[in-house]
Amino acid sequence: MVPHYPTKRSALVPTLLYAQDEVGFLSDEVIAELAGRLDLTELEVRNVISYYSMLTTKPRGKFNVQVCTNISCLVRGGEEILQHCAKKLGVGHKGTTPDGLFSLEEVECIGACSWAPAAQVNYDFHENLTTEKMDKVLDECRMKA
Amino acid sequence: MASLVSHPDEVKVVTRRFGQGATNIDRYLELDGYKAVQKALGMEPDAIINEVKNSGLRGRGGAGFSTGMKWSFVPKQSAKPKYVLCNGDESEPGTCKDRLIFEHDPHAVIEGVMIAALAVGAASGYIYIRGEYRYLSVIMQKAIRDAYAKGFAGKNIFGSGRDLDIFWHGGAGAYEVGEESALMESLEGKRGIPRIRPPFPAVVGLWGGPTVINNAETLASVPHIMLGGAEWYAKIGPPKNGGTRLFCLSGNVAKPGVYELPMGYSLKKMIYEVGGGIPGGRKLKAVVPGGSSTPCLTADEIDINMDFDSVAKAGSMLGSGGVVVIDDAQCMVKFALRTMKFYQHESCGWCIPCREGTDWLKKTLMRFHAGGGVKKDIDNMQYLSENMLGRTFCPLGDAAAMPTIAFVKKFRNEFEDHLEGRPCPFEKAGAAEEMAALAH
Repeated sequence: MVPHYPTKRSALVPTLLYAQDEVGFLSDEVIAELAGRLDLTELEVRNVISYYSMLTTKPRGKFNVQVCTNISCLVRGGEEILQHCAKKLGVGHKGTTPDGLFSLEEVECIGACSWAPAAQVNYDFHENLTTEKMDKVLDECRMKA
Repeated sequence: MASLVSHPDEVKVVTRRFGQGATNIDRYLELDGYKAVQKALGMEPDAIINEVKNSGLRGRGGAGFSTGMKWSFVPKQSAKPKYVLCNGDESEPGTCKDRLIFEHDPHAVIEGVMIAALAVGAASGYIYIRGEYRYLSVIMQKAIRDAYAKGFAGKNIFGSGRDLDIFWHGGAGAYEVGEESALMESLEGKRGIPRIRPPFPAVVGLWGGPTVINNAETLASVPHIMLGGAEWYAKIGPPKNGGTRLFCLSGNVAKPGVYELPMGYSLKKMIYEVGGGIPGGRKLKAVVPGGSSTPCLTADEIDINMDFDSVAKAGSMLGSGGVVVIDDAQCMVKFALRTMKFYQHESCGWCIPCREGTDWLKKTLMRFHAGGGVKKDIDNMQYLSENMLGRTFCPLGDAAAMPTIAFVKKFRNEFEDHLEGRPCPFEKAGAAEEMAALAH
């Protein structure tokens, strides 16, 4: 993506996300590699990582379950979905199951307001959720694992 | 992927090609695609700007500033390259319209960016899409590649001798980046912290060059204006509020969805006729008319027209088109808390009134909702919010303060109902403890 911009650094944010998708998290090696390629210090890269909510320097589960509880989801039962996932997976906000399969996260608005309550598993949207539908989503993840 | 809805009162302009396979460039061409930019290529830049000015198109991101006027602020001569930046970092709670535009009509956004670039004399345009919308980045990347392959973008576009590059860019999760100056910082590979203005982006923007920044819906409207004419577009809405609006109806309504209605459509009709009313025999309690940052309206205040000026007159804002309907089973203290939790999470921390104000308000509301509130908290919340207003570099501080002031003023009785250790009257038994276990 670097040739798209007048400065190398501009490619940083999307590149970090792609690297994270590849490796699972932004490891020290990934940070050093990207810093080198974009002529930045590691500190400059870490400074950017800490700002964006999707970027993480810690390993996450294979399936990152992100439940929205913001206003449109709140009034349609988003919190129940989050609680249901917490019980079912046995982890809280930003927790990862011991088998490394699932992570859970309460997230801010994901742009699915008219189809609330909604969640994203990695990048896939799941909308008009009920606890039964959420169970199916989680079961399907287990099957894929 | 997101399902579409329709209603007879809709006026399909931006949504005209939805559900018709227009992501395919050949299908887009069949549906009058890329005609508008070719028309613009034959026009003087000032004529394009005037057409957009006369159409009454106003920014669909929330501020509602005249698009043509914004374009006219870009200096004609510039030593540095000029840019067009499409803001597709849609993240205002209650808003899910740009998602549909990118999903169903990505070429309309590209065409809008191109027309804006021709109007201001830019040779590159960037389309910024929020990180969570990965599938839309994929759609947009393909659309851009297809436009290049046909010779519509890149060198010598449509054989006109002009060069115009279009690029996509992705975010990684940050509401603040939807603010125009933070958006530029993010695109430059930095933390999304707002810039001090002046200078405004039209003069000093991306990489120091003059930059036009418009919302995706705004830019997707532009090709239709070029083809249909300013007069036609302006007449769809009331004076100074041209065209249509993608209203994202959500919350406690029977038929939530994204509806394209003429500007100035009645809010009451939108809720009861288009949205099918409040389900489950419940009553309407409040409406957030334009995304979470806009002051709520009570059930008695919904007899208004949904255009920028009428909603402003009613003491709120048309905002980003996110209409969140709240029924009488909802606790407004909790709603206020969830709203503030969001702003506290998203505050970039640059300005103290916003960073500290949102944190104090969140903590007060949490304590209050849990039954630990004291009477003076109610006035304190209002006082604190009022002191955040206008004291931050970007509008996030205002966005957090404005709805809070409205919640406290309009639903003071509900705040009082939580006093003296009383449990929330709306909460199911045990629900609060379960959520507390997940608190962060």
